[in-house]
Amino acid sequence: MLTQLRPAFVLLLAMTLLTGLAYPLAMTGIARLVAPGAASGSLVFRDGLPVGSDLVGQAFARPEYLHPRPSASDYGAMPSGASNLGPASAGLRDAIAARRAAWQAENGVSPPVDAVTASGSGLDPHVSPENAQGQAARIAAARGVPVADVLALITAATEAPWLGLYGQPRVHVLRLNLALDAALPLPPAGTN
Amino acid sequence: MQDLLGYALFCAVLTAAGWALAAHMSGVFAGRRNLMSPVLAPVEQRFYRLAGIRPDNAQGWKAYALAVLAFNGLGFLALYAILRLQGVLPLNPAAISGMPPDLAFNTAISFVTNTNWQAYSGETQLSYLSQMAGLTVQNFVSAATGMAVGVAVIRGFTGPKGAGLGNFWADMTRSVLYVLLPLAAILGFALMLQGVPQTLQGAANVTTLEGAGQILPRGPVAAQVAIKQLGTNGGGFFGVNSAHPFENPTILSNMLQCFSILLIPVAFCFLFGRMAADRRQGRAIFAAMGLMFVAGLLIIWWAETAGNPVLNAGPNMEGKELRFGAGLSALWAAATTAASNGSVNAMHDSFMPLSGLVQLVNMQVGEVIFGGVGAGLYGILLYVVLAVFLAGLMVGRTPEYLGRKIEGREVTLAMLAFLSMPLGILGGAALSATVPAALVSLQEAGPHGLSEILYAYSSAVGNNGSAFAGFGAATPWQTTALGLLMLLGRYAIILPMLAIAGSLVVKSRAPVTAGTFPTHGPLFVLLLVLTVLVLGALTFFPVLALGPIAEQAALTAGQSD
Repeated sequence: MLTQLRPAFVLLLAMTLLTGLAYPLAMTGIARLVAPGAASGSLVFRDGLPVGSDLVGQAFARPEYLHPRPSASDYGAMPSGASNLGPASAGLRDAIAARRAAWQAENGVSPPVDAVTASGSGLDPHVSPENAQGQAARIAAARGVPVADVLALITAATEAPWLGLYGQPRVHVLRLNLALDAALPLPPAGTN
Repeated sequence: MQDLLGYALFCAVLTAAGWALAAHMSGVFAGRRNLMSPVLAPVEQRFYRLAGIRPDNAQGWKAYALAVLAFNGLGFLALYAILRLQGVLPLNPAAISGMPPDLAFNTAISFVTNTNWQAYSGETQLSYLSQMAGLTVQNFVSAATGMAVGVAVIRGFTGPKGAGLGNFWADMTRSVLYVLLPLAAILGFALMLQGVPQTLQGAANVTTLEGAGQILPRGPVAAQVAIKQLGTNGGGFFGVNSAHPFENPTILSNMLQCFSILLIPVAFCFLFGRMAADRRQGRAIFAAMGLMFVAGLLIIWWAETAGNPVLNAGPNMEGKELRFGAGLSALWAAATTAASNGSVNAMHDSFMPLSGLVQLVNMQVGEVIFGGVGAGLYGILLYVVLAVFLAGLMVGRTPEYLGRKIEGREVTLAMLAFLSMPLGILGGAALSATVPAALVSLQEAGPHGLSEILYAYSSAVGNNGSAFAGFGAATPWQTTALGLLMLLGRYAIILPMLAIAGSLVVKSRAPVTAGTFPTHGPLFVLLLVLTVLVLGALTFFPVLALGPIAEQAALTAGQSD
């Protein structure tokens, strides 16, 4: 056993230096050179201020914005989480019934499945095109613009599956909301 | 249909890449030079000099096993110390304090045994130093340990009479330098370009369009996620693992990671054929694993796409990311439970019971459907020993495999290794289902609660690391019990398999005759699959009937709690 201790000790130390420090620090250095934005969280700026990450979902509750999917951690990221409710649980059945009623009351149409289920991360940045289209009338009314204008932005923002084979068609909530603010700005407060 | 075409293309690319990697690995473990040698060979030689070892000095099975235990034991102590002391160590921008003893014990064992079970959330409970010098290191070396043992066991089955099993220190070092590190650098770079953070900056604070604050955790994520997938480790940088958009931001990043989970385990099948100098033997093992993998995948895909009959709301999207949908979540769930990886891109607790059943079986058969890097191959060889033994009983001949007689000693050792799975899973789960201190961890009563317990113990003993995450694993009872069972699941397989290898390598090889049972044809593939399913899965059938099967039956009948 003792003869094994020297190589065990030396190689653990060597591997710690190589894979625990040199490797991640070299990767960090390369990241800073090659893609500093992507490597530091893909932050999105408006008027010079960070308003979110292009990858991480956020809570939106105002009627003039596209709303994301439900989140078990309410889009808090420290840490984020899922409901982890089992498929037969009363908790899940009740939560889905409540979300369905609320979504219908808010938008006047019945919700697609992604609008009544919480994601695994609690930070899902996307909704389905059906989900976004279902919210279009509410968004248009809040902004005082024709529904067709909102639908056109949603269509333009819809992403297709990768290679036509992998993943789902989707609409990025933050990007769409930025596009809404840019193309269809809210009337100044108090004018209507 | 889109999903099935996607799966087919995925499997084709994976098989081709695994075949190519096996060619590279057979050279690496034979000590031959390769494209990377001009840069890495001097590093390798320096490591050997400092460590005082001769890489060509072949060890017997006992010396090899001792080296594994010494290296892993020391690794455990070092990681435990880092986790306990992280509060006073550098690279801790969020000022996170040291881990409590039971959680540090659980986490250290978890990463040393290649389980990577997470009873903690990385964003709030680990410093960057712990993530890098602690967890990332064990991500590499626990994977390299599995690969080394895998190669040693293959040498025992296929090597010339009287040869040793190789040198653990050389096998481990070469696994890191020539296989894991280059692949991790490539994958980590690709993931970083896709948006996985790789920075030492702390969390970012942003103000949303509605004026609310949001804190975005960051860190040196890409480098760690790369090795967590390649080394079938699976422990995430963040609590929700590869469902987190910073660990797995895009569909491309998802496909790269899913591919990386299975790459080295697939390559090990073909490596076996090469080292046996009979590639048909490797293809037979690949076929048996592939059949079981695809069958499990299709069941999960069907269950998730059909969705929940009680909720009647389309595909089962609770706990899933929209961009991945049911299709890519099912593929990942099949891959991560088959390959002993344990990372998740969707929450297994919320999958349909039928999917949970497949995930449980994938783990309970001992992680041999591709399995962990190296570990899947030595695990399936356990079943191969039992399969040829059964075949021998049926025809009344002394069983042989690759020309070597399988006798009482090998079968006894294989059964000993095999029994550690039911002992650990059923024993641990039974205890945990009765002791009040353990039952507080349950999120749900009834069949789903039993599935939660069963999943935790199957994951720990199978060294998988995924969870039904509603299960509260961070209690002293669970951290301790699961920690001890991870040790059982790792070393109660490694030691008997090395002993079998040591016992086989001293036997002479009999020539092939007309009476030899061929171990490369469809009949053997079928026999091997049946052995895995009958021995592995049927052992657990009674308890599975009370958990996921009962739950699925109730759901199909339209009942929920």
